[in-house]
Amino acid sequence: MSARRDLWFTLLCAAALALPLGVLVFLFGDVLLLGLERLSPAFLTSYPSRHAEHAGVLPGLVGTALLGVMTAGLALPFGVGAAIYLEEYGGNRRIARAIEVNVANLAGVPSVVYGILGLAVFVKTLGLGRSLIAGAATLALLVLPIVIVSTREALRAVPMGLREAGLALGATRWQTIRRVVLPAAAPGILTGAILAISRALGETAPLIVIGAVAYITYLPDGPRAAFTALPIQIFSWVSRPQAAFAHNAAAGIVVMLLLLLLLNAAAVLVRDRFSRGGSR
Amino acid sequence: MIAAPAPRAPPTTTAADATTPVKLAVRALDAGFGATPVVRQLTLDVPERRVLAIIGPSGCGKSTLVRCLNRMHELVPGATVGGSVLLDDHDIYARDVDPVLLRRRIGMVFQKPNPFPTMSIRENVLAGLRLTGALRGGRKQPAIDGIVEQALTRAALWDEVKDRLAAAGGSLSGGQQQRLCIARALAVEPEVLLMDEPCSALDPIATARIEDLIHVLRERYTIVLVTHNMQQAARASDLTAFLLHGELIECAPTERLFTQPSDRRTEDYITGKFG
Amino acid sequence: MVPSELVLGVHGRALRAAPVRERLVELALLACAGVSVVTTVGIVLVLAGESVAFFREVGLRAFLFDTQWTPLFSSPRYGIWPLIAGTALTSGIAMLVAVPLGLLAAVFLAELAPDGARRVLKPLLEVLAGVPTLVYGAFALLVVTPALQRVVPGLAGFNALSPGLVMGVMILPLVASLSDDALRAVPMPQREGAWALGAGRVPTILRVVLPAARSGIVAAGTLALGRAVGETMIVAIAAGQEPRLTLDPRVPIETMTAFIVQVSLGDVAAGTLASRTIFVVGAALFVLTLVLNLLARRAVKTAPGGGS
Ligand SMILES: Nc1ncnc2c1ncn2[C@@H]1O[C@H](COP(=O)(O)OP(=O)(O)O)[C@@H](O)[C@H]1O
Ligand SMILES: [Mg+2]
Repeated sequence: MSARRDLWFTLLCAAALALPLGVLVFLFGDVLLLGLERLSPAFLTSYPSRHAEHAGVLPGLVGTALLGVMTAGLALPFGVGAAIYLEEYGGNRRIARAIEVNVANLAGVPSVVYGILGLAVFVKTLGLGRSLIAGAATLALLVLPIVIVSTREALRAVPMGLREAGLALGATRWQTIRRVVLPAAAPGILTGAILAISRALGETAPLIVIGAVAYITYLPDGPRAAFTALPIQIFSWVSRPQAAFAHNAAAGIVVMLLLLLLLNAAAVLVRDRFSRGGSR
Repeated sequence: MIAAPAPRAPPTTTAADATTPVKLAVRALDAGFGATPVVRQLTLDVPERRVLAIIGPSGCGKSTLVRCLNRMHELVPGATVGGSVLLDDHDIYARDVDPVLLRRRIGMVFQKPNPFPTMSIRENVLAGLRLTGALRGGRKQPAIDGIVEQALTRAALWDEVKDRLAAAGGSLSGGQQQRLCIARALAVEPEVLLMDEPCSALDPIATARIEDLIHVLRERYTIVLVTHNMQQAARASDLTAFLLHGELIECAPTERLFTQPSDRRTEDYITGKFG
Repeated sequence: MVPSELVLGVHGRALRAAPVRERLVELALLACAGVSVVTTVGIVLVLAGESVAFFREVGLRAFLFDTQWTPLFSSPRYGIWPLIAGTALTSGIAMLVAVPLGLLAAVFLAELAPDGARRVLKPLLEVLAGVPTLVYGAFALLVVTPALQRVVPGLAGFNALSPGLVMGVMILPLVASLSDDALRAVPMPQREGAWALGAGRVPTILRVVLPAARSGIVAAGTLALGRAVGETMIVAIAAGQEPRLTLDPRVPIETMTAFIVQVSLGDVAAGTLASRTIFVVGAALFVLTLVLNLLARRAVKTAPGGGS
């Protein structure tokens, strides 16, 4: 009798887990079906258009790629530097603890609020306008806590013994960090960084708030250029009432998900390929 | 090695035979973590080019003591140190001594072999020099190769690895890894070598090789060997110090300490009554 | 006196530990860490500055006691409650989905699933958590709403129900994953104690494991609520743009986040009162999510094995 009850309970719990996974499968299948109609090489190489059949994601794709590179360029040095400070120098200093709490709280701030910050600081106060660099800077702040947390985890996974070995050889703290700790933590740091960037690239709200425009018929020619991004283009298509644009939105989503999938696969690859050396 | 600096205090205490100068002199050393004292008022001499074994039950402060000798102890948050340690009569805890530079004169080998996983065997040997920037510019390839060969030879590892210097340090067996760590420490050309239970992670054959190696290294280096293994102390050391609850109970020539200990507690420990 | 060998090293090698450079590096790294503090300060200053300017014109009283939010109309009203109601409604629906299902899923992962299944399922949940919310929003509008309209009479094209349900699925992995951690932190002897008394597997989970993991589960729920409150794209796409003080899930509403998007998409002249509204709403959102995060962290601190 109790065995039967156990079985039912187990099935209930499994069903609770199966539901979201089922939704995931259904969602992907549905999007793929809907988007298949529009997916073609031309879709990747065309500009937006008033005619759904002719519209493409080229400027969004380019914008997203540029945003990714620039966001990484901004977020990684600061994020990794901050993580090194907190993990290797901070100890139980009060300032390090305060920064830690701050980072934890920043991680919970809604992304749309970062958009407001970017609008006020980068777009207006610093006069960068509604530009690529303003977008990248906003996204960099958004993912900074993620980079810091994942880098700290990677640093923590480096055995204490390696640091001691470096110091006992007469290396300074920084020499040890740079030549021993960072190389050992590099795969973990890189994996975390890729995941953070893929998180940034799926963000829509902050870019809307800082004023990325959907309808752009040229490619950005520098960091100060106006820009669009994949999620912005998808959002503009979703918002159109005409059914034809739903196909564009779905096709755009397929492209975006493929891009994110590639990034995630790269992250997993980095982790697996180098983890043998790093875990010793 | 280089000529030693001229004047030396006459060897003072307990253990050193009268002819050997004192390399390291521990004077009234206190060490602890936060408010907890671990090493108390410890005074001890390590004669030059001799092997001093430190024995004592687990947790008695052996590691803490040796880590005070190259100022690694103070890297632990909350660690406290008092008293002094003289290296060639100079207090290594004097205010203007740079602990980083000190550690290049006093090398250390740890309990668990810890070769750098991202470096080859060759790079592991050179790590100390590279980390500190000592190899930057200047030295020619043959000179560097010479350093690698010499350090590996002294660590009795050269013949086993000379054909695969580019292999990862982690690809070696545990005993080889520990000898690689010894080679890495020797490449910096220290004068003193601290070894904290270097064989506790190794099998008996690898242990025997390290003990043989210690015999040879003794001709060039002053060695402090922490061990929980009394046979090892008896086999490999000239002098043995017995530590209990952070205090030095007895320090004597190894043979005498094991045959006619002068303290009751030492006797109880070496006869296996506790520990 | 400086013992010369300790400064110069041995064998005439000129060795310097470069303490100045060490110090500079540490300062540079500290500066990197300071960026996060500057970010927080920036957020607070920006939101507070514009909010103060807003309240000077509108007054706190209208903001807190008016029941309508129509800042873009010709005769604007500035009562925040309709937006808060919209946020509460969608978040509430999401929590109704995410908490029970997430908890059951966590029980399955932590207590019932064989290890092999767990190793496959947990990464799958992470995939689910990594899907951009824009995708969920499109899904809610284009798929879920039309499907629901067939079973829920009177369901409008924009409503709170569909994005609420989808948001529930979106935050479910978060609840499941954090609760899973909390359940795993319960020490094995507590379960063994119950088994030794003859308690079955399920009663042990319900009476021993879940209560022991309570604070961790509360933290998971609180964090998830913070996520739901701050979630933007799902509601901006599928819930509508009609601030309305209602608890009816079938009609169009507007959340705080969706309002910020709406204003950002329109052409509102800078420096006008209307342009300030996004900062005020942003400030309310910031305070709300901050409080939720602080509560969650407090709950974690009291958890067994938490606070480390
Ligand atoms: N990092 C530390 N913080 C606090 N106490 C420590 C730390 N490391 C060691 N101790 C304590 O100091 C005492 C001596 O430790 P240790 O020197 O490692 O002993 P041994 O090497 O003889 O086994 C032990 O009681 C141990 O618990
Ligand atoms: Mg020890």
